[in-house]
Amino acid sequence: MAYKKRFDGRKIEELRPMEAKTGVIKRADGSAMFKIGKTVAIAAVYGPRELHPKFLQNPETGILRCNYNMMAFSGSGERVRPGPSRRSKEISMVTEKALRSVLDLRKFPNAVIDVYIELIQTDSGTRCAGICAAAMALADAGIPMKDLVSAVAVGVIDGSVCVDVTKEEEDYESGMGDIPIAILPRTGEVTLLQLDGEITPDELKKAVELGVKSCKQIYEIQKKALKERFTRESK
Amino acid sequence: MSELIVKDKDIVVPGEILAVGMDFLPAGGAYREGEQIVASQLGLVNISNRLIKLIPLTGKYLPKKGDTVIGKVVTMTFSNWFIDIGCQNEGVMSLRDTSEFIDKGADLSQFYNFGDVVVAKISKVTRGAIDLTMREPGLRKLTPGKLVKVTPSKVPRIIGKEGSMITMIKDKTGCKIIVGQNGVIWIQGTPEAEMLAYQAINLIQEKAHMEGLTDEVSKFLEKAKGG
Repeated sequence: MAYKKRFDGRKIEELRPMEAKTGVIKRADGSAMFKIGKTVAIAAVYGPRELHPKFLQNPETGILRCNYNMMAFSGSGERVRPGPSRRSKEISMVTEKALRSVLDLRKFPNAVIDVYIELIQTDSGTRCAGICAAAMALADAGIPMKDLVSAVAVGVIDGSVCVDVTKEEEDYESGMGDIPIAILPRTGEVTLLQLDGEITPDELKKAVELGVKSCKQIYEIQKKALKERFTRESK
Repeated sequence: MSELIVKDKDIVVPGEILAVGMDFLPAGGAYREGEQIVASQLGLVNISNRLIKLIPLTGKYLPKKGDTVIGKVVTMTFSNWFIDIGCQNEGVMSLRDTSEFIDKGADLSQFYNFGDVVVAKISKVTRGAIDLTMREPGLRKLTPGKLVKVTPSKVPRIIGKEGSMITMIKDKTGCKIIVGQNGVIWIQGTPEAEMLAYQAINLIQEKAHMEGLTDEVSKFLEKAKGG
């Protein structure tokens, strides 16, 4: 039986309800919250600041350092073991690669920009929510960037391509493919594309197309949240 | 045919297209990509003739030669003081850049100790080093007062045209105020006056991009003094 009707009653191309806010952490140089469905990501940016230990410094350009962390109580099932794991280290790395291409850090030699992404509640699509929050936090910190970054996870469940899958759908018994995509919304360039599971080339094409389309919706939310803070302050 | 997409004083986010066509020129905070001019920072659009510029709304202080800054002494060596001025690197002030006469082998903490707040001027900015000097009138160690931190991009509004805003606040509250370009402001006066000056600065910070701010702050101070 093909997967036609989604568990939460959404359409195939429909995203979960989103919410975004900037300036959530007072002591950080830039911060943002991004919520999609039940997944909530908070990102804090510190820097540009001096990089220690000194041997990591690059005199030609500043570097970006990302840290992805799922909090112990965040999962819907078992307690997540705190501290770095193989999974969180990998996600930190792909997040860093997804964000680095929009930043020009040559102005900050020997410096580091630290991005801390904390997931306080999770229901699939965490790395994408993390990237969305981190991009907003970087913009909020006033760091020069080429564009924002928007990300969404597309899944192929039993032959039908669905956008923004939930945990329930991920665990669907007859198998599925999970494809997180991050793009630069203005140009549509892809900065992150991963694939987990088995899908056909045609499905992949369809999934990327759908992902790019959905990312543009997310971009509008990010843009609004960034602007809102300053229009609200002016009242 | 060139077309402007945003209006003057709009708030834009990185990656937003500001204008299309070769008739406009990008300045600070914007860049050209093919036909388009694109924002590279979160900021306020400022259009003067053909030049499109962004005034940053957030961000750290970028040191510039000739800026007067307020900072805190964080480290001391045999010949230097290191002063935190709120940017990536600490400012370095050497012995000969102070206004005081220092004997050979004297204890440097006698002059400026850890935690002391000083007003200094940036004499040179190189890669990875910011040189500070205090050999100019008005540059000194600060006596106890209130320190306020604001976003560095809002400092021009707090000072006002030719210092109109800051002089007005000084006159009306009777406080001594020094504004550092790095966004640190030092206020000294009676506790009530200090509080009033602090509120006025907060008001400016919140409404930094609005017009007729000097009048509004003036009205606010009159009202607070009357009531």
